[in-house]
Amino acid sequence: MADLSINFAGIKSPNPFWLASAPPTNSGAQIHKAFEYGWGGAVWKTIGAPVLNVSNRYGAWHYGGQKMLAINNVELISDRPLEVNLAEIRDVKRHWPDRAVIVSAMVESTPEAWRDIILKIEDTGADGIELNYGCPHGMSERGMGSAVGQVPEYCEQITRWVMDVAKIPVIVKLTPNITNIVYPARAAVNAGANALSLINTINSIVAVDLDTLEITPNIGGKGGHGGYAGPAVKPIALNMLSALGTDEVVRRSGLPISGMGGISTWKDAAEFLLLGASSLQVCTAVMHYGYRIIEDLCDGLSGWMDSKGFKTISDVVGKSLPRISDFKDFDLSFRAVARIDPEKCIKCNLCYVACNDTAHQCIDLVDAGGNVVQPYRYDVRSNGKHEAVSTRPQPVVREDDCVGCRLCHNVCPVEGCIEMVELPSGRESITWDQLTKARPEVATDWEAMKQYREEVGIEIH
Amino acid sequence: MDHRSIIRPEEVLSEYYPPLSDHQAVVEANRCLYCYDAPCTHACPTHIDIPKFIKKIATGNVVGSARTILEANLLGATCARVCPVQELCEGACVLGAEHKPIMIGRLQRYATDHVYDRGIDVFKPGAPTGKKVAVIGAGPAGLSCAGELAKLGHSVTVFEKRELPGGLSTYGIIVLREPVEVSLAEVEMIRRLGVEVKTGVELGKNLSFSDLRAQYDAIFLGVGLGAVPAMGIPGEEHILDGLAFIEQSKVDLVNLKVGNNVVVIGAGNTAIDCATVAKRMGAERVTMVYRRTDREMTAYPHEYDFAKKEGIEFRFLTQPIEVLSENGKVTGLKCLRMELGAPDISGRPSPQPLPGSEFVLMADQVIKAIGQEKPDLAKLLGLETEKGYIRVNDDLETSLPGVYAGGDCVRSRGSASTVMAVEDGKLAAFAIHHKLVPSAGVAADD
Repeated sequence: MADLSINFAGIKSPNPFWLASAPPTNSGAQIHKAFEYGWGGAVWKTIGAPVLNVSNRYGAWHYGGQKMLAINNVELISDRPLEVNLAEIRDVKRHWPDRAVIVSAMVESTPEAWRDIILKIEDTGADGIELNYGCPHGMSERGMGSAVGQVPEYCEQITRWVMDVAKIPVIVKLTPNITNIVYPARAAVNAGANALSLINTINSIVAVDLDTLEITPNIGGKGGHGGYAGPAVKPIALNMLSALGTDEVVRRSGLPISGMGGISTWKDAAEFLLLGASSLQVCTAVMHYGYRIIEDLCDGLSGWMDSKGFKTISDVVGKSLPRISDFKDFDLSFRAVARIDPEKCIKCNLCYVACNDTAHQCIDLVDAGGNVVQPYRYDVRSNGKHEAVSTRPQPVVREDDCVGCRLCHNVCPVEGCIEMVELPSGRESITWDQLTKARPEVATDWEAMKQYREEVGIEIH
Repeated sequence: MDHRSIIRPEEVLSEYYPPLSDHQAVVEANRCLYCYDAPCTHACPTHIDIPKFIKKIATGNVVGSARTILEANLLGATCARVCPVQELCEGACVLGAEHKPIMIGRLQRYATDHVYDRGIDVFKPGAPTGKKVAVIGAGPAGLSCAGELAKLGHSVTVFEKRELPGGLSTYGIIVLREPVEVSLAEVEMIRRLGVEVKTGVELGKNLSFSDLRAQYDAIFLGVGLGAVPAMGIPGEEHILDGLAFIEQSKVDLVNLKVGNNVVVIGAGNTAIDCATVAKRMGAERVTMVYRRTDREMTAYPHEYDFAKKEGIEFRFLTQPIEVLSENGKVTGLKCLRMELGAPDISGRPSPQPLPGSEFVLMADQVIKAIGQEKPDLAKLLGLETEKGYIRVNDDLETSLPGVYAGGDCVRSRGSASTVMAVEDGKLAAFAIHHKLVPSAGVAADD
């Protein structure tokens, strides 16, 4: 059995799964329950400045019958009195010495306010502090949250104030609502933070009500942007995580990164680990299904690690980061083509229409006699399941024409039916960077490009 | 107490499948893969663009969904209920092999009911062409033809011999599958397209064919088939006509008499419908008698399964030879056992009687549902026939120029069904339109 325990910037937990700072960590009673289910840690819902909340604070994005591909919220930080939170944090930590209890904090941007909250948190016995520089709604209008995270200089300044005081590990939580996540991360590094976490929620408006023309969710006739989270944001989070992992400054600093943003299953978790996260935070999946999901998160991750021979979490962390590259370094001679398994194919023809309407027109419909046929060409008098099924043509890829775009693989509803098969291109490996260093004219002159293509045998369909 | 006093006909005979709720419909619609050039559409005799109408349910465009259905099949609400979907669209669904096929029929019903329940008309009459078409028979073929012609701007009059229009949809499909109101709502929709529907008018009786030919630019015959044929056995007069039995269950239920020990002769879908009504109305024992085996019966496999679940019994390889009665009351059905011999002209093994195998099935009611007579109108009108059915060409035109026909009365090939009749009516309408307005080119929709 793989060892799932982690030591994240000195914060220890029996598994890498922490509840993210959010409604699931709003109170001591909730976190007691979560720990009973097996969560490795919890980042307490942000405490700090006094706030009031509104109704209809959670919106959601549903698609194709799947509920909550993403959640969107305008809930603020904890609206419970500071002293109540602090007392419960102390109580939870005393009951659960082996679990990570981290407290998220956000106060007005003065050294005094930050010093005050840091001291209060440390007095509870909590294991660490997360600085919430990410909340994109409400708090940002008051100069906190993402209003800080979006300005690297503010990040650095406030983090310095905190680091001057803090004796327990400090994690800086970054906002994704920024052009380049690397700059605020570097600011946190410069200020001496002990760790980073990302991503906070993304600015979003989730829907407009087509009956009333009001914003969804409707808050007394009004609505506005809220923080977007859940499965739909995972790819964005993975990209930002890898941006930190491949940034020279962040990488050299050695700061561990707590990853979050749409982690719903152990597979998501493994991907975050592989791209450099060494602790994992979960919110939306828990808000959808409850604390019980921790069992499969651990069980599935452990099983996968065993199957891959990973003994500890640190064996996994960052393993795929070296694979992150830029387009200019991709091998232009790499060739893959789509291949449809006729045994698995159910002949829905989604690959056919996708390829022929929107991609590279290299899938044919072939009848039982091997003839290419056109869609919708059956006789108007033909009907019945036997005729429809027995005369239905088979989609077939013309591999010579296939550019390997992978769209058909993506639209195919049958697992393992359309595979991308690597074929020799017959050309020497070369990257765009190498090519344009050797022959700079191909980047600016179509004639030169044509000549190059002809030389190496690249045909454009 | 008689157990029948607690049977509520309106419950036991009410539509078998409940309507899908909005939620059920959207969940099911989202399961559809939205196949391209989908096999369900090919399998549908009217070629409804099924993925399109299902996608529209998923997106909440239910009126648009109904329009997509009705563009291809004006009687989509009937077909949603009576089509043998297991043999057609659902039978061809790509999800059928590894999962459950999409409930296409019930989704179609959901969309079409949506517009009928709200009184929404999805089509308007076409710009008038000045041409007049007479349609004989207000069944699915005639109504489909009439409605399509009205959409194209023709002036259409439908002549129906029965009191109510709708043909077998109104009279011949048990309420479990299609309530009368559904059929009549479709007739009203066709009327709102400008079609005049005259009932109680019958060719050769109070309607002259030569007058029609003189007064109309084209004629469409959707006259269906004749009565249930005679068995030619002693006691025949005690046998009830299955179609009449079903008709009474639909339009005169209070007077429907159902025995305790009912024998239904035949093993087609109508026979199963008769047996189902009898069983549900309180018959203690309902037995279907068929001279061949379950392999040769014309009922669809899903209908056979349904009947067995209803508790209906089957006697295969059994040939009735006499209805026994005492004082005018049926007491039993004398039968012979059969065995299968060489194939007959239908290609099915011919049943041969086993000598000395006579036996009596106890019965107090005998119903026959053994198909229908060929259309007798063909000879009356001097039309060429094919195997007794009206002969038509690819345009559904009969041997008389300008006289078209469709539906069961031309079904010399393939199985007779409502949806095939609808398609005939539609194709005939397009052919008539093309002939009356040559400049129109290829007709709409198809």
